Amino acid sequence: MDKDKYFLNEKPGKLTYSGVFKRIDDWTRARSLWVVAYGTGCGAIEIRPTFTSRFDAERLGMRMAGTPRQADVIIISGYLTVKTLKRVIRVYEQMQSPKYVVALGACPINGGMYYDSYNAINKLDLYLPVDVWVTGCMPRPEAILAGFKRLQELIDSGRADGWKKYIENLDWYRENQKKIIKNWRMPNYNW
Amino acid sequence: MVARIFYAFLILLGGIAYGLLLGGISRKITARLQNRRGPTIFQNFIDVWKLFRKKTAISHGVMFYLAPMFRLVGGAGTFLLVPIVVGHPYLSNFSFGGDLIVIMYFMVLGCLGMALGAAESGHPHSPIAVTRGLSLMAGYELPFVVSVVVLMIADKTTTVEGIVRAQQGGILHWHIFTHPFAAAAAFISLLGMMMSYPFQVVMAPQEIPIGPPTEYSSSFLSYMFSGRSVFAVAKYVLFMDLFLGGATNLGWAFLKTFLIFLWPLFITNVFPRFKLEQAVSFFWTWPTLIGLIDLIRIYIVR
Repeated sequence: MDKDKYFLNEKPGKLTYSGVFKRIDDWTRARSLWVVAYGTGCGAIEIRPTFTSRFDAERLGMRMAGTPRQADVIIISGYLTVKTLKRVIRVYEQMQSPKYVVALGACPINGGMYYDSYNAINKLDLYLPVDVWVTGCMPRPEAILAGFKRLQELIDSGRADGWKKYIENLDWYRENQKKIIKNWRMPNYNW
Repeated sequence: MVARIFYAFLILLGGIAYGLLLGGISRKITARLQNRRGPTIFQNFIDVWKLFRKKTAISHGVMFYLAPMFRLVGGAGTFLLVPIVVGHPYLSNFSFGGDLIVIMYFMVLGCLGMALGAAESGHPHSPIAVTRGLSLMAGYELPFVVSVVVLMIADKTTTVEGIVRAQQGGILHWHIFTHPFAAAAAFISLLGMMMSYPFQVVMAPQEIPIGPPTEYSSSFLSYMFSGRSVFAVAKYVLFMDLFLGGATNLGWAFLKTFLIFLWPLFITNVFPRFKLEQAVSFFWTWPTLIGLIDLIRIYIVR
């Protein structure tokens, strides 16, 4: 089967944002975050109250996106195994730039309680560019909202550029990813 | 002619802005009903700008690119064919003799373009949603056509302008009072057209996350968003012209379209969802029968 027919295998070109509209762009991006929640970790249980009536993330302009194509932010909700990391990379690369990563809990930072597990990764930073970390095990919705406020500040001041770093240092990230994912049976680039 | 085009463009932009604002208001009202604070009423403008300025790196073929344009053109075309203020040199838009039939054709165009484009995107959710959307359209078109035919026969005209003129001379001349059953049928089919909740099978968020535009991102989505907004406004204006006696100036137009906008909004917030076959069979029985009462009444009265 001809794989190239179904996947885009090209590396994306240089993505730069500048010009007259940059200020408006940053302002609107900060206030309209569409979230795809990658809920495999225990933090997924905290996402629901964050987005429903009790804590109401929609008042910050955030809402759940149906698909990664339309999302701006991916929430990594806790520990990642090697298997799920592969899917997360796929989902992250399907999102359209500019895109941001929010990591919840101790597990993506240093492994947390799974630090010596045979199949959970310890440092998410080696594989994906994380913009905001929210610590806790698990963080409460208040902490998640505080993290999103921080992300909004970063975007508004033009400092949330993890997606640029990812494209610039793609070879380094790929090397790390392939070191841990043995059966890399997907296209080289899924943009 | 140049002035005409310029004003048409201006009215179109106004229609898009009004549609986006109504969308923001509906999100705010929904939030308040659910005891939340909700986003600002200008949230949809922010969303559209953000989407418009996002990069896109997806390609699924020509039709994939054309579908958002179909959506926008379908919405804008419908909007520009419906007179907002009858008799006004610019605000009566491009209405002409026989336009109600053209409008009904135009209302389908966006959906068909969307169906072709979404089918080409190749995501399994898209064809499911497209099938549902087209079946639902077959459902709500029937009662709507029945009620429009009632008005056409009653007023002996096929133009929106003629129907508006036939309603002048006091609130009791409005078709919502003179032909209440036809109006009821049309307003129930409006629920299906606006995809408000009992008939929310196309974008059903719990099963097929976003429906047809699953693969669409960035500026594609922003075109679709604005197309949908202006299409919604076009339908509100059409219903105002058909049943609420049209408008003599923009103030009345805003007030009446806002009242029509509230009807699907309040229904959508208190109802769960039908299944597809339930929705279609509902449309083909109750609103159609209600509309037929007026059709029969007209024949007997004559």
